[in-house]
Amino acid sequence: MSMTPPLTIPDKSRKMPQGIYMLGNILRFLARTPTSLFGIVVLVLLLLMATFAPLLATHDPYVQNLNNVLQPPSMAHFFGTDELGRDIYSRLVHGSRITLTIITLVTLVVGPIGLLFGTVAGYFGGKIDMVLMRITDIFLSFPSLILSLAFVAALGPSLNNAIIAIALTAWPPIARLARAETLTFRNADYISAARLQGASSARIIWHSIVPMCLPSVIIRLTLNMATVILTAAGLGFLGLGAQPPLPEWGAMIATGRRYMIDHWWLVTFPGIAILAVSLAFNLLGDGLRDALDPKQMNRR
Amino acid sequence: MKSISIHAMSVSFGAVQVLHDVDLDIAPGECFGLVGESGSGKSTVLRCASLLNENWTGEAMIDGRNVRDMDVRERARTLQMVFQDPYGSLHPRHSIRSALAEGLRVNGITDREPRIAQAMQDVGLPVEFLDRYPHQLSGGQRQRVAIARALVLEPDILFLDEPTSALDVSVQAEVLNLLVRLREEKGFTYVMVSHDLAVVDHMCDRFAIMQHGRIVEVLPRSAIPGNEATQRYARELIAASLEYERAM
Repeated sequence: MSMTPPLTIPDKSRKMPQGIYMLGNILRFLARTPTSLFGIVVLVLLLLMATFAPLLATHDPYVQNLNNVLQPPSMAHFFGTDELGRDIYSRLVHGSRITLTIITLVTLVVGPIGLLFGTVAGYFGGKIDMVLMRITDIFLSFPSLILSLAFVAALGPSLNNAIIAIALTAWPPIARLARAETLTFRNADYISAARLQGASSARIIWHSIVPMCLPSVIIRLTLNMATVILTAAGLGFLGLGAQPPLPEWGAMIATGRRYMIDHWWLVTFPGIAILAVSLAFNLLGDGLRDALDPKQMNRR
Repeated sequence: MKSISIHAMSVSFGAVQVLHDVDLDIAPGECFGLVGESGSGKSTVLRCASLLNENWTGEAMIDGRNVRDMDVRERARTLQMVFQDPYGSLHPRHSIRSALAEGLRVNGITDREPRIAQAMQDVGLPVEFLDRYPHQLSGGQRQRVAIARALVLEPDILFLDEPTSALDVSVQAEVLNLLVRLREEKGFTYVMVSHDLAVVDHMCDRFAIMQHGRIVEVLPRSAIPGNEATQRYARELIAASLEYERAM
């Protein structure tokens, strides 16, 4: 070990590569497990499908052709046509955009709210904990689909209201999880050390507690996405989510239901799409659980 | 160099009274030991005096100023603590650099890089370690980082909460010698909690023996070899420790 090292060290420049490095490690780890690899592949396909929907679609998803209704799958219509002669394949491709929008918006709303409630309740404890946790209890005491139904019924049926309703019902489990995580290390010595250094509570929560909660919250959010897709499809199926003629997968199943016995392709393909995407999120969440272990992340 | 005096410190956790009117006077630049069995309230004295635990009665004065009257930043730059377990006292997801920079950033100190480098040099760690994470360091190196974290704020007083008991013997000596050297160089006042009289004998000028949340006796280091304690419990504790050392 050579002594008196130079006192000039490059600062921030190292910060980005570290993040990219960690991301690379996580991806490499996930790619090694077949199940999570399946999840990643399906989700990448979904992303590509949504991005290039106009290029991939063979027909306009909204154009009706009443001379060509309920055609079985063929070369002209890969997945057949529906009761109004619209191409199901093209509708599925365009529907991936709606699904992605729902997942993204719900996750962006639910993650921060859940983290905020959970970490604040866990860190301060006492009365604050009491109040915040009773609020989450109220939301948790209803089945989430019923509560979203109630919200959509109150707000009026539309895709945006469905997103708001799902977000309102999806944050309490995240808050509970973040609180439980926070409780396990709120008395750790590194939190005491941060307090002795004069850090404010907000700073401690943001700098010390949130990074510790983040992995499990991300895992939970990923697993949650499957539920979100199913709830969105459920609301669409009940006519409370995306409104016709939007090609939402759940709504497609709902309208196809009437013709299901004689024309199986109307419900099968949207059903497979919902199954594949929610399964992919579940498997990816499982894989992330192993990959987000801190020792795994920084392994050299 | 600053002095500490603690007067009538009492703490209760629920129905259990953990400290009973503890009085201590520690001179500027002194290394003062707190010795006693587990649960005797040694660490609680430090946690109370540093206001990590605020629910206690009595007074703690640093150079005649009540710690409760100091604002957070002033207290942070006067008093720092090194914890027992170096595995639990460093944030597992913060690099060494951010662990050291955090305190400086909180206190609005701008020339962070030279101070961090200086602290690393003071504890004898190469600057290349700054980009590592705690799990990439050994126990002794982590404890050095924990000491460096306390040093960057240039405090006058260091509370040492069993700083070596989680380390193995050879590393213990290293860390203790580092602490002795730092005190000589920087003129810290140390308050050190330990259950190991040999460590206290090596480091401290005076020490207090605690039992059941009370100070049994305050003794100078020179009282250890001849066991000059006057109280029965203190004499038993020192005798047991001397016997153990002889048996080694």
